[in-house]
Amino acid sequence: MSSIATADVGHHGGTDPHADHHHHELGFLQKWVFSTDHKVIGLQYGVTGLAFLFFGFLLMLVMRWQLANPGVAVPVVGGFLRSVFGGTVITDTGALTAAGYNVFGAMHGTIMVFFGIVPVAVAGFGNYVVPLQIGAPDMAFPKLNMASFWCFFTSCVIMMSSFFVEGSAAKSGWTAYPPLAGVADLEGGNLWLNGQTIWLVAMVFNITGSLLGSINFITTIIQLRAPGLTWMRLPFFVWAQFVTAFLLVLAFPPLEAAGFMQLTDRVLGTSFFMPTGLMVGQSVAQTWSGGGSPILWQHLFWFLAHPEVYVLILPAIGIVSEIVANNTRKPLYGYKAMVYSVFALGFLSFIVWAHHMYMTGMGAKVAAFFQVTTIMISVPSVILLTALLLSLWGGSIRFNTPMMFATAFLPMFGLGGLTGIPLAFNAVDLFLHDTYYVIGHFHYVVAPGTIFALFAGVYFWYPKVTGRKMSEFLGRVHFWGSLISINGLFFPMFLQGMAGVHRRWYDGGVTYEQLAGPVLHWNKVMTVSAGILALFQLVFIFNFFTSWRTGKKVGRNPWDATTLDWDTPTPPPHGNFEKPVEVFRGPYEYSVPGYKADFHPQSHRD
Amino acid sequence: MSNPITKYLPFFTDAEVPHTVSARPDTGLYSAKLGIWLFLASEVMLFGGLFSAYIFLRLGAEPGYWPSGLLNVPVGTMNTAILIVSSITVVMAWAALKMRELGKYKLYMLVTIVCGLIFLTVKLSYEWPAKFNHFGVFIKKDAAAKYEEFLGNKHLEEAGQSPRWEISGHLLDAPKGSSYKHQAEHNAEHFAHETGRHDAVTPAEDDYVIQLDAVNANPSDKENDRPHFWPVPMSTKLAVIHASDVESASVFAPRHSTYFATYFLITGLHGLHVLGGILVFLYLWLPFRGGTKLYKTNPEHLANRVEIAGLFWHFVDLVWIFVFPIFYLL
Repeated sequence: MSSIATADVGHHGGTDPHADHHHHELGFLQKWVFSTDHKVIGLQYGVTGLAFLFFGFLLMLVMRWQLANPGVAVPVVGGFLRSVFGGTVITDTGALTAAGYNVFGAMHGTIMVFFGIVPVAVAGFGNYVVPLQIGAPDMAFPKLNMASFWCFFTSCVIMMSSFFVEGSAAKSGWTAYPPLAGVADLEGGNLWLNGQTIWLVAMVFNITGSLLGSINFITTIIQLRAPGLTWMRLPFFVWAQFVTAFLLVLAFPPLEAAGFMQLTDRVLGTSFFMPTGLMVGQSVAQTWSGGGSPILWQHLFWFLAHPEVYVLILPAIGIVSEIVANNTRKPLYGYKAMVYSVFALGFLSFIVWAHHMYMTGMGAKVAAFFQVTTIMISVPSVILLTALLLSLWGGSIRFNTPMMFATAFLPMFGLGGLTGIPLAFNAVDLFLHDTYYVIGHFHYVVAPGTIFALFAGVYFWYPKVTGRKMSEFLGRVHFWGSLISINGLFFPMFLQGMAGVHRRWYDGGVTYEQLAGPVLHWNKVMTVSAGILALFQLVFIFNFFTSWRTGKKVGRNPWDATTLDWDTPTPPPHGNFEKPVEVFRGPYEYSVPGYKADFHPQSHRD
Repeated sequence: MSNPITKYLPFFTDAEVPHTVSARPDTGLYSAKLGIWLFLASEVMLFGGLFSAYIFLRLGAEPGYWPSGLLNVPVGTMNTAILIVSSITVVMAWAALKMRELGKYKLYMLVTIVCGLIFLTVKLSYEWPAKFNHFGVFIKKDAAAKYEEFLGNKHLEEAGQSPRWEISGHLLDAPKGSSYKHQAEHNAEHFAHETGRHDAVTPAEDDYVIQLDAVNANPSDKENDRPHFWPVPMSTKLAVIHASDVESASVFAPRHSTYFATYFLITGLHGLHVLGGILVFLYLWLPFRGGTKLYKTNPEHLANRVEIAGLFWHFVDLVWIFVFPIFYLL
């Protein structure tokens, strides 16, 4: 019989007992490189993404050095950076050039969002955990899943290669606004081998991979839930991934379309985003027919990039929810309200995008519309956060490392969210737009917000993946060091921003000392904090790799958790579950009165 | 059990996933059917982004900078009909499989594939190349009065229509150093051969000479106020345009104008989708493992594959139903 004919095994997510007998002979390449197993793909995404997060962070460190010490050579590694990135980016003495600052800024944003957080939060955790939590043997389309990773990996290679072409990588910001992005890097005369063009090509691959992945997630969650796992019994993490996948499916394609358009603007000489009479240097650019609109790009870009913000945050909230419920030993407060909120959030995130564009002069009526929807979206966000805070109430909380990161997530994300409210208002935004206030706002959401949640998730699911716990002691060192230094890094941004410091000043504001003088000393504080933050990440990296061999061995359910992911052997084999799973109750039945233990797993019949 | 392919190719070592062929009872769907609908949702957003660019740019275009009537409506109509026919035959192919009539399936699928190929052939051998040998020159507004005999703006103003800034036709002579020089020489030879006239090449080095389209040859004729349904032959009248009066000059390529930029991007992406559909249909039609060979072991699985490929094909057809009016008719 062919494998296709046997592939359809029963209707209820059970595994075929004969299924894995031809799998134990997989070679290294099949098992770890060209794998269709959701767990391996999750790890591939997760590890690649974590590496990119660290790399993106290092780019920022060099920028922060420059902001605190304008024109001074980067200490210790200056010469090394010069030899890697070349003269466009680093001077002969080892200092960052202005063009280099733009390169690092654009690539920091691009890498952190599209190559770091989304791959880890959505594709990494989602791939590993979602099929386990719904009791499925794998994703609905394993080959598509592999295709998704290799699209992503191709985009990584292409994007990184752009550092080594003439003129270095993209330097028009992660938002790639035309007309600047339309003319950037074309002086060299090479239409294809230049930073911005390569950026666009890499993004097309990245988006394609992301689309394949999210289609797979939605199908898997709808089709492969174990018997008895009804919608309102889904762990909240699965809900968060479900809505996230919808955001990706519907919001990413317009950016792909916009990417094609910017690409043809650059290589075929079209004018989608190039206005009539565009001046480049001292003369009117003759290459374009004109008639295009830079604002069109902004609309298409932010139509993705605002939902993208929720793509960054929803999986994080999902991870935190799992960890909070598990460590307070209580059901989540308001689970249903959270589910409805996450849907409302998903829907509203499609109609707020132009609040990034108040400065384009869109007119009071349009601005009023987007300001109303933006304030509306804060309601479901606040419901989610409040539900998590109230879940802590009256719990006997176990403060292990994942829980410490998860609890820190709540006020940090809260701060990020609350500082966003002034930005929602047109009149205030005109003043704060493009200042460090905005940088502080969204970094609070994604760094001590999302990235802390990702750390929590790594510490939480590490035992499932490896069979060993990460060191608690090192985890605590990592946590406290990161929490303190990350606030030293981002909080002063609010102070600088409200004083009017612009986000794109390459010298940290020295040129504008009359305006920015009173707040410039914060540059030193932030840069030192960033350095300390980097040191504490080394603790995490050390912990991550050493615990693989030396961590404390654990069984299949080290946290006494209730959801199905803890029902599999540790680490889960190909096909995940040893016997068909069935679900009998909701996801967070902790401390049920009268039950023998303080947790009641979803799969236990009694 | 273990077959040679699953043994040696990493691509085939999937865990055994349920609902690949039979429907899940509570959703009534097999997984691929849900997957293709989600994929089509993303495709709607992809083309939606491009169509909204069309709307945005067209609404923002200055009067006279969004051409109409440049495409061949009868040919476009024929292509539309061909795609609709193929959408019907692909359903017949699926129905034939459901009734387990392999012979009929092969026939209908063949018709579908041939329709797709005709569509692409028309696009690539006639519609696109015709554009690349058609030349347009946008006249600077302050020089437009000089070329009134080709633009007819007085007449258009009286008729209440938007002004015309472009003079188009076949390029017979281009300024020195122009990248169109070669094309112009070729056209001039052809022109001389057809008409016996040798006045197409001017001694001046910075002139464009254009064999005019009917609309520029006789711009004040009421006949030309509305686009013609049937293509009108070119006139043999020539226009000589001084390079310094030119705002931009290009063949009808993407760089010509935002109109042709959107036209080529949308029809190009649509064409790629047609090509993709044809390749999938060929795979399902030929005796591959996943194609007609699958009929012997699991005909239902093959029918499902035809169904989802067919859904994709309907979508490609549907996109064309939007492309046709916005570029050919409006």
